[in-house]
Amino acid sequence: MKPAAFDYYAPASVEEALDQLAELGYNGKVLAGGQSLIPAMNFRMARPAALVDLNNIKDLGYIKEPGEGGLAIGTMTRDSVVEHSKVVMDKAPLVVEAMPFIGHSQIRNRGTFGGAIAHADPAGQLPGIALAMRARLHILKKGSDRWESIDDFFLGPFMTVIEPDEMLAEVVLPPLPEKTGTSYKQVSRQHGSTTQAAIASVVSLDDKGKVASLRVVMMSVGATPLVSSAAEEMLVGQEPSEAAFREIATKASETEIDPSTDMHATAEYRRHATHELIIQSLTCALERAKGKGG
Amino acid sequence: MNTPINIKVKVNGKEYKRAVEPRLLLSDFLRHDLELTGTHVGCEHGMCGACTVIMDGVSVRSCLIFAVQADGHEIETADGLGTEDALHPLQQAFMEEHALQCGFCTPGFLMTIIPFLRENPNPTDEEIRTAIDGNLCRCTGYENIVKAVKKASVKMAGKAK
Ligand SMILES: Cc1cc2nc3c(=O)[nH]c(=O)nc-3n(C[C@H](O)[C@H](O)[C@H](O)COP(=O)(O)OP(=O)(O)OC[C@H]3O[C@@H](n4cnc5c(N)ncnc54)[C@H](O)[C@@H]3O)c2cc1C
Ligand code: FES
Ligand code: FES
Repeated sequence: MKPAAFDYYAPASVEEALDQLAELGYNGKVLAGGQSLIPAMNFRMARPAALVDLNNIKDLGYIKEPGEGGLAIGTMTRDSVVEHSKVVMDKAPLVVEAMPFIGHSQIRNRGTFGGAIAHADPAGQLPGIALAMRARLHILKKGSDRWESIDDFFLGPFMTVIEPDEMLAEVVLPPLPEKTGTSYKQVSRQHGSTTQAAIASVVSLDDKGKVASLRVVMMSVGATPLVSSAAEEMLVGQEPSEAAFREIATKASETEIDPSTDMHATAEYRRHATHELIIQSLTCALERAKGKGG
Repeated sequence: MNTPINIKVKVNGKEYKRAVEPRLLLSDFLRHDLELTGTHVGCEHGMCGACTVIMDGVSVRSCLIFAVQADGHEIETADGLGTEDALHPLQQAFMEEHALQCGFCTPGFLMTIIPFLRENPNPTDEEIRTAIDGNLCRCTGYENIVKAVKKASVKMAGKAK
């Protein structure tokens, strides 16, 4: 299968790319790593009239530590670069933990950090990880820019607030509080195949060992990655316990998700897996939080 | 739309200048335009790994890159490994360990394993299995591929000095 014909633009700068996107409007599409877009074009499920290839823009690939802490990751940073980065391991170990689950090494050598988030695959790891990390997204268009919270970013499967004349430029992961533990747990049929269910947890403790804040994100069980409000309501300000984790798992898997049946798993299996993974992920994140700063 | 774009690509150390349509996949460019048929094509959506080549030192799917995007870059394919009389140590090990039957998947495995061994010259079986998790083989059952990689790693580490 071969892609349909398209016009190809390979701008060398962000300004040039924004000019082209503005001119093309609904006819234009950003090409990042191409690891989702090109398969879709090969199948002719996607037939963009024009591609604006970001691969020649050198200053969109970076991992920085901004003054206010945390990390700023340029959209075109390859997954494999993020995966092996020492600063990312140090500041956002959740990201590194989830990385090896993304397809295979050859895919991660080409796929980009921002591209995966912009792609908004509900079964993807990075949209959920960004949500768990409370990411902020820098979106540019010709003549203006805006910051979006990840909480408002996803509109549905493969749909985000990014307009056709806009591009994602940077993903900011705010610093994690002290005494924070994170954990990613996933099930799939075999390593590298599609997520059947996955949970990312971020647990922060206060000085007395109570839960100061937490976030539990559920993936592949709805139109977008989902934040469990049950987890927050039931645990913040409380002493964490296995009993509480079980209660959260039951409530979240019964009332907060909308899994579907497809070739990868049945809805019932996804519900069951979500229940088990919430317990595993919270238990692991709590252990890690306790291990930090006494 | 169909207007060809001029590109300059280094493949296996040799520079090629060609004009390509934007929609031409790198896999098809290598096979049809350059007649380097060492790169195989299975699924054309990134799943099987048969089309894996090395681009600027790392393994990638040539079915998921447009030939225009290879402009100014360096590609290595299975065609550039050994010759029939002087096989590359990895090819030799594949032959000795019976790590191929039909051979359709083999170029993809080779171009995945070569950068892997450059990074990790002395891998464990577990690391080898992880490294090849993006390459499908319908014939061998993988066991002999793991053995061949192990054997080649020992030989190549000895040679590298
Ligand atoms: C065999 C295989 C297995 C895979 N397995 C997984 C997996 O297990 N988990 C997973 O999450 N993914 C998986 N992927 C997909 C892979 O992670 C993709 O790299 C990722 O989903 C998209 O990133 P990309 O950089 O390749 O984006 P592209 O494919 O280039 O783009 C994807 C979409 O996002 C848009 N886009 C990209 N960047 C921007 C930007 N900066 N601004 C605005 N829009 C943008 C594009 O226009 C396009 O619509 C797999 C892919 C393959 C081929
Ligand atoms: S042909 Fe490229 S991965 Fe199958
Ligand atoms: S040898 Fe036949 S597919 Fe691997």
